[in-house]
Amino acid sequence: MQTQLTIDARIYGEPLDAIPHDLYIPPDALEVYLEAFEGPLDLLLYLIRKHNLNILDIPMADLTRQYMQYVEKMHAIKLELAGDYLLMSAMLIEIKSRMLLPKPAEIEEEDDPRAELVRRLMEYEAIKLAAQRLHAMPQVGQDFLVAQAYYEKVLEVQPPTVSSDELLAAWKAVVEHASQYSHHRISREELSVREHMSLILRRLRNDSMVEFHALFDVVKDGIPKLVVCFLAILELAREGLLRLTQQTAFSPIYVQLAA
Amino acid sequence: MIQGEPQTVDEMKQVLEAALLTSSQPLALDELLRLFAGRMERATLRMLLDELKSDWQARTLELVQVASGWRFQTRAEYAPFIARLSPERPQKYSRAALETLAIIAYRQPVTRGDIEEIRGVAVNPNIIRQLQEREWIDVVGQRDVPGRPSLYATTKTFLDDLNLRSLAELPPLEDFSQANIPLDL
Repeated sequence: MQTQLTIDARIYGEPLDAIPHDLYIPPDALEVYLEAFEGPLDLLLYLIRKHNLNILDIPMADLTRQYMQYVEKMHAIKLELAGDYLLMSAMLIEIKSRMLLPKPAEIEEEDDPRAELVRRLMEYEAIKLAAQRLHAMPQVGQDFLVAQAYYEKVLEVQPPTVSSDELLAAWKAVVEHASQYSHHRISREELSVREHMSLILRRLRNDSMVEFHALFDVVKDGIPKLVVCFLAILELAREGLLRLTQQTAFSPIYVQLAA
Repeated sequence: MIQGEPQTVDEMKQVLEAALLTSSQPLALDELLRLFAGRMERATLRMLLDELKSDWQARTLELVQVASGWRFQTRAEYAPFIARLSPERPQKYSRAALETLAIIAYRQPVTRGDIEEIRGVAVNPNIIRQLQEREWIDVVGQRDVPGRPSLYATTKTFLDDLNLRSLAELPPLEDFSQANIPLDL
């Protein structure tokens, strides 16, 4: 059985009539034999390396017949693979025939027909070796693992914060606006920051979010009251009872309850 | 524990350590700089990373620099034990896939035609897909020839996964001289 699966190669005159015994090949699997190699270059390299095979000792007629048998057997499933081997045998035959034919004197300079095959074999062997080395290199998930400690991501969306400069600018705008409505009003009003804090909190309980400016009644309230109101907002913010947010610089500042 | 912005070298290293230990991806120098909100020089950061690396010398994790940045990873000695936790074997590549990968790594950027020329057989499209899905290779352009074939190159992930900082750290290609191939024709 095994002898039917040979490639007709010769090692110094002795036909290589058995599959090299250092390969495991199921006896009836011709395709597997070919698949053990990565292509004709690989097969050639193997023969060269293992047996110091003189490639052109292969009887070309037999080799061609053998290759045609392979194609016959594989034509349904592995035609592409067989084609690659067929191409290689054609190349070997071409090289051999060019070597055998007497060269007319005028084309004596012709390149060695083997040179291209040797170049390709060398390049392939370099890559084959490199592939083995790549495979041997330590690899993530296999030879080492990437460390990753767990941390609880803060899912709460942090509203943008307001800088003191922006708060000051907003306050100045309120004052300026108020100055345009200044009246001569003589009355005495007890102003309590804490009272305003409550007022503001109550207001915010009804309207969940209020624009900073809306907390100031610049038409009715005089400057002192506006100041107290502003202080109340600052105090509430300091005590963490309300939150001031602003999307971008100079955009409206919103006030809302912290809870 | 740290209060406020890091003041001392130890506190800065703690911040780096916390960020690196909790990141699933390697962190680049620029990302690490952001930890300090502009209050850190690159040279200082490098020095801190080197110190942190040596601080962890005797531990089970090591701080390494790969193509995408810095990361903590287990020392190789522990891999066999950790492997017992996940009995399925890691994905192994066929020789064809490894050779294709080697050609792309060493000869990049290359087309399928280039790969076929070197290996002497047709390229299995599944191998290219497999390597692309692993994010080890990607298409970096098209060669300006008929058909405009895709040019393949290896990615940073490939270097990261092989613990490399750059392609220059790949083992050198052996230079076969003609004498190595006794084509005694």
